[in-house]
Amino acid sequence: MTNPYIALLISFVLCALVAGIMMGASWLLGPKRASKAKLEIFETGNPPLGSIRGIRFPVKFYLVAILFVVFDVEVVFMYPWAVVFRRLGWIGLAEMAAFVVVLGVGLAYVWRVGALEWD
Amino acid sequence: MELLIAFVKALVALLILLQVTVLLLWIERKGSALIQDRVGANRANIFGGLLPFNLGIVNTLMADPLKLFHKEDVVPKDADHFLHWLAPFVAVLPLFVTFAVIPFGDVLVLGDTVISLVAAELDVGLLFVLGMVSLGVYGVIIGGWASNSRYAFLGGVRGSAQMISYEIGMGLALVSVILTYGTLDLQEIARAQGQLMWGLIPAWGVFYQPLALVLFFIAGIAESKRAPFDLPEAESELVAGFYTEYSGSKQSMFMMSDFIEVAIVAALVTTLFFGGWQVPYLYRDGFHLPGGFFLGVPSLVVTVLQVLAFLVKLFIFCWLQILVRWTFPRMRYDQLMNLGWKRLLPIGLANVAVSAVLVLALEGWTVA
Repeated sequence: MTNPYIALLISFVLCALVAGIMMGASWLLGPKRASKAKLEIFETGNPPLGSIRGIRFPVKFYLVAILFVVFDVEVVFMYPWAVVFRRLGWIGLAEMAAFVVVLGVGLAYVWRVGALEWD
Repeated sequence: MELLIAFVKALVALLILLQVTVLLLWIERKGSALIQDRVGANRANIFGGLLPFNLGIVNTLMADPLKLFHKEDVVPKDADHFLHWLAPFVAVLPLFVTFAVIPFGDVLVLGDTVISLVAAELDVGLLFVLGMVSLGVYGVIIGGWASNSRYAFLGGVRGSAQMISYEIGMGLALVSVILTYGTLDLQEIARAQGQLMWGLIPAWGVFYQPLALVLFFIAGIAESKRAPFDLPEAESELVAGFYTEYSGSKQSMFMMSDFIEVAIVAALVTTLFFGGWQVPYLYRDGFHLPGGFFLGVPSLVVTVLQVLAFLVKLFIFCWLQILVRWTFPRMRYDQLMNLGWKRLLPIGLANVAVSAVLVLALEGWTVA
């Protein structure tokens, strides 16, 4: 049996080739007739308001990203634990319970202060 | 020789995925037409309409991709050219590779060689799937940023917030599945589901983890950004969301990633909860029916039956997702976030806790 990661590498190269060919198809086959109006951004027909570099957007999205980091790391910790769970037995369950309770308190807190509200 | 086998398997997995994707495009057109009581794709013709039957399927299988590949690739003048090119590539490549670890059959016996029918049999398959699927968020956020358009940017930001929120629910649903099987190897998970409960019912994951199935399915639909969770591309407010400024084959990459995600969610639901390629009572030497009946079947026929079973199950769950898309109205953004953070996360945690206690309390309860 070959190393499965070699098979994965082969698959990766093959997929990259297919995706690259499909993406290049337009560039090869399509017409190239640029005009000023065509290269403008589409903002439902109004004159575009200009670049988005440096515009401001709701801080809520940052909050979601930070909460994600906290809880996703929790989930990632659970994966190896779940695989060897039978060998760890009740002690493993208690340890994970202690970990989850700490994060559960955190979840209760962000819920309570309204960080999960989206108005 | 082994490298050749690996190459052929990778090719087969990719071809299955591409065929399923293109077929889904047609099924979705016809399915939505059926649900909304309209005609659907029916204008494709070759030989000037001489054929007596309608070639609607050719429309989406051939004409549609060909048309997209022949369109001009427009990049807006203020856009970041490299990122504008990178986004569709990053959106589609991890999804292509994901299918390499999903088993589409048990083994193929050719003379002395026994080939496991999965392109890359990783022992961390499920972890790999989760990692690759979450890479999809980069396609969304880079596409939204590179276009330098307000609509695209809002779509990209919305999309990334939604995808990372539902990733947690998805991950938690999978933790309880791993607790049941005790492995991350998808081929082993599929094999474990070949056993019988009380010698009668196939021991499929759905009987052990029904709640995880519901959580995973909801989170999976949200991850693929389709209605009722299609806020990132809500066409009535954001034109087309993060791919507003894309055209030609780059745009078709985003469209394709949509359908590939449907196929991958369906494949995972099949593998984790509905026995993967298992046909009830069919083993490597034939059917072992309850009550001691035995029907011998040649090894090659067994393999073909199993691959067919996998494809049938795959299409059933793809169809279910298409039904959901065309049945439910779009959610509001606060409802979306509430569902992700206030429902899926606590319910998922509770499900993990209950599963863990049950696994320890009833040792004979689990599959493995």
